Amino acid sequence: MPATVVTVNRPERTLWVRAYLPEIARGLSITTKQFFKNLFTKKDVVTIQYPDVKREYPARYRGLHRLTWRDDGQVRCVACMCCSTICPANCIHIEAAEHEDPSIEKYPASFVIDELRCIVCGLCVEACPCDAIRMDSGIHAHPYYERDKAFLDKDALLALGTASTAVQGGANKGAAGGHH
Amino acid sequence: MLIELLIILAKIGVVILAFAFPIGSLMTLLGDRKQSSMIQNRVGPNRARLPFINLPLLGIPHFIADGIKMILKEDIIPDGADKFWHNMAPALSIFPAIALWATIPFAGLYCTGDVGAGFVDGFYQDTCSAAEKNYFSIANLDAGLLYIFAISAISVYGAAIAGWASNSKYGLLGGVRTSAQMISYEVSMALSITGLLLIYGTLNLNEMAAMQGHLIWGWLPMWGIVVQPVAFFMFLTIMMAETKRAPFNVPEAESELVAGYFTEFSSMKFGVIQLAEYVATVFVGALVATLFLDGWQVPFLFADGFHFGTDGVVDIAMPYWLVILLRVGAFSVKTLFILWLQFMLRWTLPMFRYDQIMNLGWKIMLPLSIANLFVTAFIMFVVIG
Repeated sequence: MPATVVTVNRPERTLWVRAYLPEIARGLSITTKQFFKNLFTKKDVVTIQYPDVKREYPARYRGLHRLTWRDDGQVRCVACMCCSTICPANCIHIEAAEHEDPSIEKYPASFVIDELRCIVCGLCVEACPCDAIRMDSGIHAHPYYERDKAFLDKDALLALGTASTAVQGGANKGAAGGHH
Repeated sequence: MLIELLIILAKIGVVILAFAFPIGSLMTLLGDRKQSSMIQNRVGPNRARLPFINLPLLGIPHFIADGIKMILKEDIIPDGADKFWHNMAPALSIFPAIALWATIPFAGLYCTGDVGAGFVDGFYQDTCSAAEKNYFSIANLDAGLLYIFAISAISVYGAAIAGWASNSKYGLLGGVRTSAQMISYEVSMALSITGLLLIYGTLNLNEMAAMQGHLIWGWLPMWGIVVQPVAFFMFLTIMMAETKRAPFNVPEAESELVAGYFTEFSSMKFGVIQLAEYVATVFVGALVATLFLDGWQVPFLFADGFHFGTDGVVDIAMPYWLVILLRVGAFSVKTLFILWLQFMLRWTLPMFRYDQIMNLGWKIMLPLSIANLFVTAFIMFVVIG
């Protein structure tokens, strides 16, 4: 099969363009206009002075994980292992234990997330059936000087946590309004 | 004798240490980084702080931090490099850049006798009763312009030797490109302003600046840019090529040659080469201001104040020291304007290709400067007579 020849019609360079000086003047007028505009007003400057000024993150920004609380402040997680199963980076380690309350059955005795392995995909949040794990803390995974500081345990995750608005266990399901 | 020597040393100190070096090195920050940031909608350097002053100060603390960094960095001479010439190259680069300043007139002359304004040699200008005249240039050479051509001709050695002595292919290519470019443009550099010499009839920069205040037909000042507009554009372009500023920066060509002829230089040796380039850039501003923009003169300002007519009436009287200050100020403003324009062009135009630079130098600039010379000569000696 013969190669197809594509003829590209390049735009003709007029004498005005080839004279070069008028085009230099045109370029200079643009840069000069921008120079004086930014000299007297900072209107066009889009830079955010990062450590002093921080950009507002969107509501769905995925930051560090956190564990939500029950109404009485206990961990909401029931150690069902959905998140650690779906986690593609295999960074969630849960040890389940039996809860005193028979209606809760299980709770995580240990819940450790390795933030160095986490790829911030958010699948754990998707998988959680009871709104126990969230990534809405809005905090970056910061750099750590020591590796074990990057292992966030249950206490650290709960300290970041918040009371969940979801209703657990189906009680008052109708009142929760649309939660299934 | 001794007192004259001391005066010359003081002049050198003021011109080099208080004008050329500070402006030249400050331009690495204000011209290259801050001006570019404003053109490109950025903020530019603003994080470094002076002790106890928590203000960005236009980013000038960065420039001090730069200097400290360069002095403290390790000086590396690459394996196989010619040690002697590697050490000499920065000195050879900065020497012409400093020596060029010798004939730049900052404010004409200081007259110790009575001053006024009147017709001298058919032109309305300053009058001075004293025979002794003190010049504001380091040396008031009658061959001032020739001196500048001579010194700028040897400025190619610094770059070429820096490239050659580095034992690096980037450096060598940069040095070769520098030599080719600077030698090509030197030809048309001299020819492009020969027209000015025909008009002013002098090589003394101070007299050339003074003559630009003369009026043709009673209203048109003989500014270089008025009587030789083509030469102004040519000379500015050629001088930008001579100082290796973008768009003529193929000797440095960051995209191809890392940093060209000074790739292998570090610490203050790099700083000195860089400084030489910026001081030469400031010098271009000063020279163009002297040759084409009326030098140190303020329009209508004569030694005893403003004269708006040529009837000898002082319209706004001024003390002599204020006139001198205004003239130094006018010279500095014109120099800074040309400097600003050079940086503006640097951030507007993309780099020329090597063959384009050679084409521009030999096929456009050289014929154009010869044509300009012939037309000027024709007008001067045939039309005017």
